[in-house]
Amino acid sequence: MSTATPLSLEAHRSPGETDAHRRLRGLLEQGLPLTPRPWCTLAEQAGMAEEEVMACVRRWQADGMIKRLGLVVRHRRLGIQANAMVVWDVPDERVALVGRRLARETAVTLCYRRPRRLPDWPYNLFCMIHGARRERVLAELTAIVERLGLDDLEHRVLFSTHAYRQCGGRYVQEGAA
Amino acid sequence: MQCHVQDLDRLDRRLIDSYQRGLPVCTRPFHTVAERLGTSEAEVIARLERLQSLGVLSRVGPVFDHARAGASLLAAVAVPEAERDVFAELINAAPGVNHNYAREHDYNLWFVMTASDEPELEARLEALEARLGVPILRLPMLEGYHIDLSFPIPWAELERI
Repeated sequence: MSTATPLSLEAHRSPGETDAHRRLRGLLEQGLPLTPRPWCTLAEQAGMAEEEVMACVRRWQADGMIKRLGLVVRHRRLGIQANAMVVWDVPDERVALVGRRLARETAVTLCYRRPRRLPDWPYNLFCMIHGARRERVLAELTAIVERLGLDDLEHRVLFSTHAYRQCGGRYVQEGAA
Repeated sequence: MQCHVQDLDRLDRRLIDSYQRGLPVCTRPFHTVAERLGTSEAEVIARLERLQSLGVLSRVGPVFDHARAGASLLAAVAVPEAERDVFAELINAAPGVNHNYAREHDYNLWFVMTASDEPELEARLEALEARLGVPILRLPMLEGYHIDLSFPIPWAELERI
């Protein structure tokens, strides 16, 4: 079994957390073993009891450390190729409201506020719209702009043209996994 | 490489549609999933193994909250389009990079840099900046309104391409 330790988790252990808990978090980042009793398999690897592993996972779900638990899909692999990052320049007093309204749109998969870096970068709100095709994504965007009345906001669409690396939020140290 | 959605049958799709979140935390989770989908535990495990080997799934498991799991930020550089691949390779070779995309803009390479904490993150960015010889635009998240990639898969639309 790999002994890869996710760097970030290593540094962010909560007070009172045992080595076994940290090992468990590292193992979880690599995914569940596809065995009939995956928590039991993990428990053996982490040096814990199966019940304890499940309790730990439930606690991390409850406190938000784990956002979701399930199948992590590689969208590009399925042909969801059009990946548009839409960036907006929103007056500061409106940005939270616009962000929350964009986030409620089904087509919007991520929505963040980030700092402007003037003069090079005037945009402070980012959202992602994924779709099978570019035209479809642009049509969705047009509909959203109309529906939310955002036509006064300066925005740009940055489609991705190539993925040099796509991996889903893993914090495992390079080359260690 | 792309996987043909035609190769994924109804059960594969129901698995994906139903369990991008909410995998039960119980002794035999795949047994519970199988009961809900009207199939066997062995079948569910076999399907998940196949979806993983096809690369449709990167894994089955938890998605941790980035902000709480360490330090990270979105970064961008503007490089000559003709040399984009070379710059992209240098970025991929740097420790901590976990996404790297070409995009249509003067800032044409976009990546996510991660580290165990803020000082290490900045050190990694400075080291990479020195290697690349161009300034890195640093765009940390200030507020997240929606941070979830478990959106519904548009199967019908994908079948038409």
